[in-house]
Amino acid sequence: MKYLMLVCTDPDYKPGQDEGAPDVEDWVKEMDGKGIRLMGERVRPVSDATTVRVRNREVLLTDGPYAETKDQIAGFDVIDCADLDEAIEVASKHPMAWAGMIELRPFWTDGED
Amino acid sequence: MKDEIAGIYADGWSRIVATMIRFTGGDWDLAEECAQDAFTKALQKWPESGVPDQPLAWLTTTARHRAIDRMRRAAGEAAKLREAAAMEPPPYLRDSEIPDERLELMFTCCHPSLNLDAQVALTLRSLTGMSTAEIARAFLVPERTMGQRIFRAKQKVAHAAIPFRVPPAHLLPDRLPAVLHVLYLLFNEGYGDPAKARLCQEAIRLARVVTALMPDEPEAQGVLALMLLHDARRPARVDAAGDLVTLDEQDRTLWDQARIAEGAAICERALRRGRAGPFQLQAAIAACHATAPLASRTDWPQIAGLYAELARIAPSPIVELNRAVAIGMVSGPEAALRLVDGITGLDGYYLLHATRADLLRRAGRGQEAAGHYRTALDLAPTDAERRFLRGRLQQP
Repeated sequence: MKYLMLVCTDPDYKPGQDEGAPDVEDWVKEMDGKGIRLMGERVRPVSDATTVRVRNREVLLTDGPYAETKDQIAGFDVIDCADLDEAIEVASKHPMAWAGMIELRPFWTDGED
Repeated sequence: MKDEIAGIYADGWSRIVATMIRFTGGDWDLAEECAQDAFTKALQKWPESGVPDQPLAWLTTTARHRAIDRMRRAAGEAAKLREAAAMEPPPYLRDSEIPDERLELMFTCCHPSLNLDAQVALTLRSLTGMSTAEIARAFLVPERTMGQRIFRAKQKVAHAAIPFRVPPAHLLPDRLPAVLHVLYLLFNEGYGDPAKARLCQEAIRLARVVTALMPDEPEAQGVLALMLLHDARRPARVDAAGDLVTLDEQDRTLWDQARIAEGAAICERALRRGRAGPFQLQAAIAACHATAPLASRTDWPQIAGLYAELARIAPSPIVELNRAVAIGMVSGPEAALRLVDGITGLDGYYLLHATRADLLRRAGRGQEAAGHYRTALDLAPTDAERRFLRGRLQQP
């Protein structure tokens, strides 16, 4: 089962709460090595975002993100895991789970409703 | 024969569903359907053929055949079928810390990636055989709402690949709140209906296993104490004609004093840890009632205070309703009615209307009371409750 890991900042995070957090390089190396992490990137902040809509064939652009939320997407990874328990374990080893938060979204697989 | 099969159902339902969840690779709906199907076949066959030597093995095999049949018919599931057909149902090897199979299955069902209500509803539906209608009543929501809630939970289990796996010991505390709720709702299901009293004993038994397994969890002790204190009053709750007797009219000599002493002691030990939770507070309230020598000597100010604390840490309209009753005993029915009028979200709950009716009657407003008794009567879920309300309606 493939999951999208949305790596986000957390506005409620207080400095110091990530004491003992693992290193992101180590995480990437381990998950790549196990064949769990298929890809992943950091992304620029919302100040660099452009939102695109097409309404009545007209392209509408907005400077900024699609939703005004305090938490921001800092990056993403695609991971391939046996089940959600494994995905939770993988996500909880990511340093941004310690200093931010990670949303796990299962892929919509073919043939499902 | 019917009784014997009912007993096998009570013992075996959760195990067969769990086996089938594993066998179908996590298809909860199919697992339930096949288990149901196997019991239906048993009801048809066993009265003639007699109960087989190993009824659970018979039921599991029957359910498995049904599952293979269903999977064979489902197109595009060839891989799943090959996997399933190749595999004997895995022998149920238990190597976890949890010393009871049924409890272990409850902890397995209550996955914390589902919200608490979803965990509880899914577990009740899958492991206890309670119907969606019964679970809906326990949660005080319409059956349709509960049906959707269970459906969504099952969808998430399937879509997000939530595994059906016994959790390791260090993850048990995360799942404890849901398991305690499951046990309490199971108990309540048995308490409301004398024919289902067996559920109460089973819930108490399992709560004892939990408190032994997790002795540092005061809420586990709280739920055990609460169930013991309620259960102690069971013999006095229904009279010889099967009619409900209210707390103040119960024959207190029928109460099980040993159970009351045990429940009160467990509750006190739990509260001394200084981490009062909703179950501990409810147990403390039940202890106030159970230890009063006469209804007229009930410590209502203490009970009202406990409900106020409960409303602070776990606010709900039900708690407000009970607090209103306690205030009514301390300060009179008019004060309570003002509180009851402020409660929202309980219009479908018969006890809201019955309580309002009682308060109106005590305030000397019998005419108004009658209308509310009738509303309560329409909504009451069991015969015993309906007979009780009819009795009230006929009183001057």
